[in-house]
Amino acid sequence: MIYCGVDIGARSTEVILFDGAQMVEQGISASGHRPSANAQELMDRVLATAGMEACDLAETVATGYGRNYFRGADRVLSEIISHAMGVVYLFPEARTVIDIGGQDSKMIHLDENGRAVDFTMNDRCAAGTGKFIEMTGQTLDVSVDEMGQLTRGHTETAEISSMCAVFAESEIVGLLQSGTAPETILRGVFRSVAARTLAMAGPNAIRPELIFTGGVAMNGGVVRAMAEETGLEIIVPPEPRITGALGAAIAAFRG
Amino acid sequence: MERLSPKQLKRVWDDLGLDLAAHEKLMESMERSHARTFLACDRRPESMGMFDAALHDAHGQRVADLIEHRRKGGGVIGTFCIYVPDEIALAVGIVPVPLCGGSNWPIKHADRVLPRDICPLVRSTMGMAVSETCPYKRAKNYALGETTCDAKKKAWDLFGIDSMELPQRKDSPDRELWLSEIRKFQHGVEELAGRQITEDALRRSIRICNRRRALLREVSELRKKPEPPITGLDALLVSQTALAMSPESFIGAAEALLEELRERIRNGYSAYPEVGPRVIFAGSPAPMGHAKVHAVAESIGLRIVADESCTGARYYRGHIPEDLLTVNGMLDAIADRYFEIDCACFSPNSERVDNVLRMIAEYGADGVVHNVLQYCHGYDIEARRLDGALRDAGIPSILIVSDYSAEDEQRIGIRLEAFRELL
Repeated sequence: MIYCGVDIGARSTEVILFDGAQMVEQGISASGHRPSANAQELMDRVLATAGMEACDLAETVATGYGRNYFRGADRVLSEIISHAMGVVYLFPEARTVIDIGGQDSKMIHLDENGRAVDFTMNDRCAAGTGKFIEMTGQTLDVSVDEMGQLTRGHTETAEISSMCAVFAESEIVGLLQSGTAPETILRGVFRSVAARTLAMAGPNAIRPELIFTGGVAMNGGVVRAMAEETGLEIIVPPEPRITGALGAAIAAFRG
Repeated sequence: MERLSPKQLKRVWDDLGLDLAAHEKLMESMERSHARTFLACDRRPESMGMFDAALHDAHGQRVADLIEHRRKGGGVIGTFCIYVPDEIALAVGIVPVPLCGGSNWPIKHADRVLPRDICPLVRSTMGMAVSETCPYKRAKNYALGETTCDAKKKAWDLFGIDSMELPQRKDSPDRELWLSEIRKFQHGVEELAGRQITEDALRRSIRICNRRRALLREVSELRKKPEPPITGLDALLVSQTALAMSPESFIGAAEALLEELRERIRNGYSAYPEVGPRVIFAGSPAPMGHAKVHAVAESIGLRIVADESCTGARYYRGHIPEDLLTVNGMLDAIADRYFEIDCACFSPNSERVDNVLRMIAEYGADGVVHNVLQYCHGYDIEARRLDGALRDAGIPSILIVSDYSAEDEQRIGIRLEAFRELL
């Protein structure tokens, strides 16, 4: 029996096929301007790669921003529970999950049994999300993929006070004009994203193991800033974008 | 007074100096959001039609009725929040009308005259005033505010609105100040009415306002049942319209509603199509026109079984003794009842924590949805204190900070759905 998880996020969509013991196939694509149709196409493509058809699927669970509009799923699950399930499957000792995606950031606290007991999500502001980092990259003329490499080994950190994705630009331009190196500015941006994300813990302790997921976890610079701010080892899954879809697939398997 | 035709109402609005085109846009926006939020729901009690009508009439027939009331020698005052005691005004034939805005539409107009980073309630209210879409701006004799927060206090000053000074602590000098403010209000309405408050008239208005509170409490009480006969969303509308309707019409409508709700309980008929976690709604008010968080919460399967906000229990808690003999004795009792309101403008405000914990036990709630209007600092900061007490008691809670706009409905839904799954 094959179980399918689909995570339709604001920026990207992931599909996972799971056979009850392990991941069989995975796929990632941009959500684009017609997320449901793109999710269906991705699902068909992943099935084809695995040499399967839709009728081979025992159950499909959708999660993410677009889950309620996707017709290809048997049921839906919120991204909090899906991410928690996906992460715990990969790291049974996980106690804290930080997930930063295109437009949202969240922190999930897990108990000894891997059950989500509390969570915080950003509300109405994109500060500290992937979009914020992407926009500062545009101002510095550095692509998101190069950022981690560029800042590796660099130790100087600029103080970035603006958390507004739009107004940070003028602060960064000011720093550039005063001769601050782009690496130093980027480290400042990563540091401020990390600090803002960690503040979401509120009264909850940030306990190890700390797992960092979502597209932003692929940015080594943010991972390093997170480690510097917490003093903890930051664990990033080999493919940090798929934990939501993986959790949804596991939920499909567990019924 | 008989019902006016749409054409006659237009003339009333024109006479009041409203910008008719802008007012029509506001009405369209209110009606559209009401249809989408309330009318589209299944399993609503039939009697809710009376409260839908009251909302519809708030800018129309009710205004015409109040103009007629003034023509006959009565008075009308605009009030904000829930601190101006209706009992005292009603005792001399002055009708209090709540002016707190709950509509998103006027906010862009407020931005011409006020800073943007203050709460949507003040912006909506003032936006209606400056865009000439509030019929009560001229239908009333005067407005009276209170000093529950900085935004209101400074806005009153900016727009020349008088206010009652509400102390921010509950010690005895504060209680004395409050009583003197109540007396000042008494003299104000006596002067407007051109007559003194009598014992009989004050006792009568106390009785009416007590009855209104008691009916609202009874509606709330029925939600303790395992199968609540009314949703949190509809109960909010009942509470919102209680502020806007004449006390007599409200009492009639609420009695009919209660009868229908009791019938539902006898038949085991729930207002909810599905069983979901029971939650308490706590925090800032949801004035008429605003029901976003209630609507989103119930659309994703939470059942709001109690409402602790200013448009919930805070409005209808408390009873004023009806057997007091002197006007002074009654004024003192009125001062007590209003002083007991557990608004977050008080520090400390530990009664509120106790009240929420008690409600959780009484209503069998599984969790609390704190709703804070953006920039409502009192409730926003106090949410941390309440959250701490809830944690100690093992009760999950979630904080939603939002305004009247629709932009974050989806995100609120995502967060509340995850909260529901955790419960």
